[in-house]
Amino acid sequence: MVLAPADRAAVLALWRKLGTNVGIYTTEALERTFVAFPSSKAYFLHLNLSPGSAQVRAHGQKVADALTLAVNHLDDLPRTLSALRELHTHKLRVDPVFFKLLCHCQLVTLARHYPGDFSPNMHASLVKFLNHVISALAPSSG
Amino acid sequence: MVHFTPEEKAAVASLWVKVNVEVVGGESLARLLIVYPWTQRFFDSFGNLYSESAIMGNPKVKAHGRKVLNSFGNAIKHMDDLKGTFADLSELHCDKLHVDPENVRLLGNMILIVLASHFSKEFTPQMQAAWQKLTNAVASALAHKYH
Repeated sequence: MVLAPADRAAVLALWRKLGTNVGIYTTEALERTFVAFPSSKAYFLHLNLSPGSAQVRAHGQKVADALTLAVNHLDDLPRTLSALRELHTHKLRVDPVFFKLLCHCQLVTLARHYPGDFSPNMHASLVKFLNHVISALAPSSG
Repeated sequence: MVHFTPEEKAAVASLWVKVNVEVVGGESLARLLIVYPWTQRFFDSFGNLYSESAIMGNPKVKAHGRKVLNSFGNAIKHMDDLKGTFADLSELHCDKLHVDPENVRLLGNMILIVLASHFSKEFTPQMQAAWQKLTNAVASALAHKYH
């Protein structure tokens, strides 16, 4: 089992609350990553990165869909994310540090929009969940 | 040396005047202790750190959080010389407290998350970027005297 029952329940409950808005928040997290950590733009030079870009929004939705997939397959993340792992490791060659930066910006975004739901325990559960996703996506990230 | 633009300095200052140092400092330190439990090793003398509510309500955590955030306030007054400003604290954290500088960076990230939750309207991506630069620079300055 990847997450303890309390962490699993917390993440599932939050995801239910986010509903169809996951894409909006993941897009905001991406935009924040580009502004706070400009070197991260190196992976997206083929996209229009200006604020409000439809291409960034589209990629944000892709990331959101992958996170939702992960939330719904917490017992089998390595297998569930194997194609994405292959893509990000071997084809895109993304430095795993980038995933940490994006996850930090995701937490900032969620804290901003759901301060009442973002208790320290919820925060801790999300960090554990996101760390498992990063491990499944980038196994050599240490 | 980290260089802050006039816009970054203005952004940081404009949010800082609204910050309740005890509330934000206490919550930031509490979140560090809860989300990254190994950091509790530096606070053995603080008493009850056994649960989220114990940590959030612990008066020593609040007091120390306020102290830490006040030092960030000092950093904001000396953004052009963080290494000099934090020289003594750097020696303290290395020689006496033995704190891995990575934990200081994590605390900086906790401060950002707490600011985002308290100031959702003001915490634009640009505001986050300015504060991110500050907290990373403080972490770096605090690590400067390590040997």
